[in-house]
Amino acid sequence: MRFVFKTDYAQDIRLAKHGGHVFWYSLLMVFLLAAPWLIAEYWLAQLTFILIYAIAGLGLMLLAGFTGQFSIGHAAFLGVGAYTQAVFTNMGLPFPFALALAGMLSAAVGVVVGLPALRVKGIYLGIATIAFAFIVEEVFARWESVTGGNSGIHIKAPNLFGWELSSGEEFYFLCLVITVTVTLGILNLLRSSTGRAFVAIRDSEISAQSMGIHLARYKTLSFAISAALAGIAGALYAHKLQFISPDQFNIIQSIDLLLMVVIGGLGSVHGAFLGAIFLIAMPQLIAMTKDYLPAVIGQAPGLQSLVYGAVLIAFVLGEPLGLYGRWFKIRTYLQTFPFYRKGMFKRQKTFQKSDRLK
Amino acid sequence: MQFLQLVISGIAQGCIYGLIALGFVLIYKATETVSFVQGELMMLGAFGGLACMTMLNFPFWLSVICAISAMAVFGVLLERLIIRPILGQPAFSIVMLTIGIGYVARGLITMIPGIGTDTHTLPVPYKDEIWKVGTLVLNVEQMVVIAATAVLCGLLFAMFKYSKMGVAMQASSQNQLAAYYMGIPVKRINGLVWGLASAVAAIAGLLLAPITFVHANMGFIGLKAFPAAVVGGFGSLPGAIVGGLIIGIVESLAGFYAPDGIKDIAAYVVVLIMLMVKPNGLFGEKLRKKV
Repeated sequence: MRFVFKTDYAQDIRLAKHGGHVFWYSLLMVFLLAAPWLIAEYWLAQLTFILIYAIAGLGLMLLAGFTGQFSIGHAAFLGVGAYTQAVFTNMGLPFPFALALAGMLSAAVGVVVGLPALRVKGIYLGIATIAFAFIVEEVFARWESVTGGNSGIHIKAPNLFGWELSSGEEFYFLCLVITVTVTLGILNLLRSSTGRAFVAIRDSEISAQSMGIHLARYKTLSFAISAALAGIAGALYAHKLQFISPDQFNIIQSIDLLLMVVIGGLGSVHGAFLGAIFLIAMPQLIAMTKDYLPAVIGQAPGLQSLVYGAVLIAFVLGEPLGLYGRWFKIRTYLQTFPFYRKGMFKRQKTFQKSDRLK
Repeated sequence: MQFLQLVISGIAQGCIYGLIALGFVLIYKATETVSFVQGELMMLGAFGGLACMTMLNFPFWLSVICAISAMAVFGVLLERLIIRPILGQPAFSIVMLTIGIGYVARGLITMIPGIGTDTHTLPVPYKDEIWKVGTLVLNVEQMVVIAATAVLCGLLFAMFKYSKMGVAMQASSQNQLAAYYMGIPVKRINGLVWGLASAVAAIAGLLLAPITFVHANMGFIGLKAFPAAVVGGFGSLPGAIVGGLIIGIVESLAGFYAPDGIKDIAAYVVVLIMLMVKPNGLFGEKLRKKV
């Protein structure tokens, strides 16, 4: 058992709560730094995708998990970032500037989408974001002079002031640096007053407002940051694939992103990473087990969506806090070893919570 | 004349949207859940009709009745087994749950060897027939859609107005707790509402199938029914049909008069404008929470 005695506020907001954190995260960092020499090139590429999706997941987590605004059209921001990056990189702009532009443009688009969020709530907001995502996808397909239309657009390797990052390892390190920066940024944001304001809005808009939180400002801010992160992820995604077309940013991608944060665990930074690992590892696992299944099931094209759906249903019914929630329970069990009680994490039912009256 | 022609085909398409939107609204009103699975239920209904007609060789009417009742039972079971355990949780959990059900339904259908991945035509007796009224060329399939929607709306209206069950459904959708105190079996009503919504979705599927084709991805049309429900006001039954008609007509006209590509996004543009101008929709009730 471990007891952390908090004696001052600085200790409470410290990122690493105790020695165990420092040890395990250092170990993870060492593994990530050594990964190119430890694992095969194919798996390194998958790891890069996990990092990229984790950035997008962090963005959506901030919006959905911490501010409580659900966007079912997040692939649109991913797309805006990817296309901005593609266009500016091909014009010869160095990588950092192109990335900054991709992030800023996505953020600007995010603010535009965030504006209806000030008036509409819940499912209406979801529909507004879906509608917006469809329109953006159509723009990608039709604005042929810039985006290359449905035939897609190729993108050059990232250029860091003359240093061309063309190999998989170099690009992996680039993604790693950006992911770590973004993660630290989000953690820092969440322990600041802004992050607390987001959480307050999620838990109750009315009480947040009565505590003096400017709803419009913080909601728009949340949308902007979330979209900017999705845009950065999109930019890296474009570089990784080297080819983008509008159908990579359709509704399926949006739902995948949402599925990622829900399965990872809403309201936890870990959840974004666990969800990204799930999203990337699941198709691989399915491909691996395919050969052992009878051909009728193993070779059927619908297997993947069946498994995704079943996992999603299982999580929502059984473990609403996702993979992180499961881990949290296991950890609590171990930390408080003989004293774990069965009802510790019992879900509360709220029957009279009507969305229509919120 | 051409304008009229476009409007009629828009109305037919709009009726389909309206019927799917009706399912959303029914479920939303009764149980406060937003069902993303409505499009897939429609797809399952169409496949059910197809299976009855081509594999079991049932006559047309029997197949229609079989498919609709099978879907109604399916809806009740779905509510009992999957939705009810989670009732009372945040609305978003239920949205994700229905998305998951949609994935499973689509996956299962695609997994049926030989059938799931192909597109099929539904052999209806009125296939490819045309009526000529003056210079107007009326497609019988579209006329059937419009007529069936009108009849269905009448039936639903009568049910909600005059039948004991319908009145109970209305009561439970307005205030579940109060309805429960009045002795209405709210849980059973919720199950029946899901059954009703699934049956309506199945009807939409059977009506849409002759116009397009039967295939595993036809459920994505459900995403266009959302705008219909919002334009009409999410909690209003006539609103769903009116919203569907508006979306259908706008889409049909945009397809002819506007440049390429506008047709596909017309529905979403309409709903965005609606959300900016009148977030509660045409017939939606305006409610505010009192602190």
